[in-house]
Amino acid sequence: MADGRKSGAGYLLLSPTLAVMALALAAPLALLFIYSLKSQTGIVFDGGWTLAQYGEVLGRTSYRALFARSLWISGLVTLATVALAYPMAYFVAFHARRKFLWLVALTIPFWTSYLLRVFAWKIILGYGGVINSGLIRLHLIDQPLGFLLYNPFAVVVTLAHAWAAFAILPIYVSLEKIDRSLLEAAGDLGDGALRRFLRVTLPLSMPGVIGAAILIFVPTTGDYVTPELVGGTRGTMIANLIEVQFNTAGNWPLGAALALVSMAMVAVIAGLFVAAARAATRAAR
Amino acid sequence: MKNKSLVLYAFAYLAFLYVPVLVLPVFSFNNSQFIAFPLSGFTTRWYAGLSADSAMLHALGNSLKAGIVTALLSTLLGLLAAKAVTQYRLRGAGALLGFISLPLFIPDIVLGISLLLLLGATGFPLSLAAVVLGHMLVCVPFALTVLIARLEGFDRNLEEASADLGESALMTFWRVTFPLMLPGIAASLLLTFITSFDEFLVAYFLSGTEATLPIYIWGQLRFPERLPMVLALGTIILAISVALVVLAEHVRNLGVKKPMVGA
Amino acid sequence: MSFLSLSHVTKSFGAAPVVDTVDLAIEQSEFFALLGPSGCGKTTLLRMIAGFETPDSGTISIDGAAMNTVPPHQRPTNMVFQSYAIFPHLNVFDNIAYGLRKLKLPKDALRARIEAMLATVRLEGLGARAADQLSGGQRQRVALARALVREPKVLLLDEPLGALDKRLRETMQVELRAIQRKVGITFLLVTHDQEEALSLSDRVAVMSGGKILQVASPRELYDRPNCREVADFIGEMNFFHATVRELTDATATVNAGLLGIVTLPRANLVPGIKTDDHILLAIRPEQVRIAPNGLAGEIVTSTFLGERSHFHVRIASRSEPVAVSGHAPAQGTVMLAFPPESLIGLPFA
Repeated sequence: MADGRKSGAGYLLLSPTLAVMALALAAPLALLFIYSLKSQTGIVFDGGWTLAQYGEVLGRTSYRALFARSLWISGLVTLATVALAYPMAYFVAFHARRKFLWLVALTIPFWTSYLLRVFAWKIILGYGGVINSGLIRLHLIDQPLGFLLYNPFAVVVTLAHAWAAFAILPIYVSLEKIDRSLLEAAGDLGDGALRRFLRVTLPLSMPGVIGAAILIFVPTTGDYVTPELVGGTRGTMIANLIEVQFNTAGNWPLGAALALVSMAMVAVIAGLFVAAARAATRAAR
Repeated sequence: MKNKSLVLYAFAYLAFLYVPVLVLPVFSFNNSQFIAFPLSGFTTRWYAGLSADSAMLHALGNSLKAGIVTALLSTLLGLLAAKAVTQYRLRGAGALLGFISLPLFIPDIVLGISLLLLLGATGFPLSLAAVVLGHMLVCVPFALTVLIARLEGFDRNLEEASADLGESALMTFWRVTFPLMLPGIAASLLLTFITSFDEFLVAYFLSGTEATLPIYIWGQLRFPERLPMVLALGTIILAISVALVVLAEHVRNLGVKKPMVGA
Repeated sequence: MSFLSLSHVTKSFGAAPVVDTVDLAIEQSEFFALLGPSGCGKTTLLRMIAGFETPDSGTISIDGAAMNTVPPHQRPTNMVFQSYAIFPHLNVFDNIAYGLRKLKLPKDALRARIEAMLATVRLEGLGARAADQLSGGQRQRVALARALVREPKVLLLDEPLGALDKRLRETMQVELRAIQRKVGITFLLVTHDQEEALSLSDRVAVMSGGKILQVASPRELYDRPNCREVADFIGEMNFFHATVRELTDATATVNAGLLGIVTLPRANLVPGIKTDDHILLAIRPEQVRIAPNGLAGEIVTSTFLGERSHFHVRIASRSEPVAVSGHAPAQGTVMLAFPPESLIGLPFA
């Protein structure tokens, strides 16, 4: 119960947090934007402003291809993760008896070191790695499989695994919220189990599914560690290129422009996706 | 029946989640330089080697320092904001919360480089302090989520009842408000600590010469002969993370009827 | 001066006053109710007495002492909150003992006092029970015990029975009355439920729009409401427009349209009504007679209530059906009589 009269004290309480976040988030992002417009010859800023970086980012075919690949990989990861997570969330929401335990068990992997999880996959998928040596030992193959690592496939598998735990929660929450009596009513009105799922459960869980998709798609496009460790040259994504600009190549304006363009693209795609999903849900009624 | 295949699926999913991670402990006790089958017998020499690795211990110290400070500051800021939002009617509260939660939606590479720019522009040195700032960006939203969930169920009347029954504002805080907030605060501290402890990319850009543990591990990854020791270290980190998370979930739900899970 | 007295108390949130120049005089050991619809200001008034809100103007005094500058934790009042506000981290015993900390009672004395209070509210043996394992009715009793054990001068109750189901509510009403009689503490109850107010209280103040409309015993409120709003709020009432033709010391003669010229006892008129005033004649459904002679009407709806039935009867040109409580066949035509001694006259405005 909030006391509207005292809202002044409320703003006061909120201000330190807001101030820090503004400092640590808004100011840097603004700087990022400014830097993307700076003009640079060699490694020295020559004081001018230019849109040349953006021209470079959007113009170069290799960059465009990189963006496309990043979005493509991210899209695959999102699809795979959400599709795999849905039945799991369904199980916990509708059939599990000790829901709390399941949820904790599913959440724990999410809190362990991401770096270590990617590293684990590197070991698993490698040429002399766990899968290959295991399959050879079991005499299922003679030569190690070369296609497992250092390509987009490895990136997708690793990221899907990394996000698997995270996707469950939003879907679970929206499934849990569904009033069970709705399903009973549907059954009473003649729908069998599959129909009930398609006509009641699935549509009502859509907000959770969309939420999970956005939650995964947006950060994944900008992921650095996984492509760097398991992507090889064929599986690099935008973040790897950005990192190069800031460390070895020293071309910060280009790096900034790359970062902003990729965020803009992701935001647009996410926005389109949400709009499309909403329209589809409304049309399906 | 549909149920059976769903149960099977559930356990298979759980296996998919955990088994790849089990690679680390399994091969950390493997008596071989190579991380491959067949297994070559049990050993603890990789773990023994860790205690002699001064660079690693130094990085560990840095991670602990950064983690503890991040946890304290993030929880404090999260607590203030959570109290403001749940106990006062604030206009635009949704937008403000959205803003504070923005870091969750921004790739950490972007967070890393933009903070790098901020440090450059303000002359602030690359250091553990910078790392703490970066980590707070990511941890405050987590702290906020945990604390809002905990505070939302807090009956405002409880503080009034305490005053009505004769306790001053200070005693009311000590006897009612603080004990009820404690589980949420403890959970927030644990979760933000783990998040900071495991965070790699932002620290990578901001730490300068003061490497954190994930940065140290990253540096070791290009040396094949170091890999088994990295596995040993990784196993220890995993075990501690799991322990802390389980503790946090337990603490978070003390005295709550409907368990709250997840971020 | 009375035990709990409010004088010209006003409070506004924003432009309009929520409590408007309220005067109240409540006697010691009285069971007093503040009755009114949601938003009438009764809860704000209660919270001002407790000290959680400060009046913009006016004084509140308890047992002769002015309370305006006294913070809530130092007032001789205790409150039973609508949500009960049971401390979730303490068990029943510790909840009830919460407010006694300052007294620094020796362990045995404290225990005895709590046990006695548990018995009073009929929760014996539940001292060790955890807060989250209590039923609604039990929580209500713990809230009551916690407030009573401090022996306040005034006990404030904010819609204490609203969250309970009907049967439990009725049981608790009886218990509440019994406890009040036993401990002799002044009870001030705030409620929107007129049945509750009328059945529990010695006196009731009816509030609306921040003002007190009438303060009287339940009987008097029912028989002699002083205005349309009070009459409407308490039970069901039929209204007829009328004009005052003649007033004598003992009688009042009015022109009551459909009812014709009616002469009723002067005492049935609210004081202050003059000749030629436009008034409302009011009569309770159970006082309308179903007689062989009278106004003819068509039964529109009838509800069987066991002991009697409740009807709505449409009379000639009148748009509003007349509510009647009595015995009659379920439908058809009836003749209604309106005994003058049962009619009361209320100001129209």
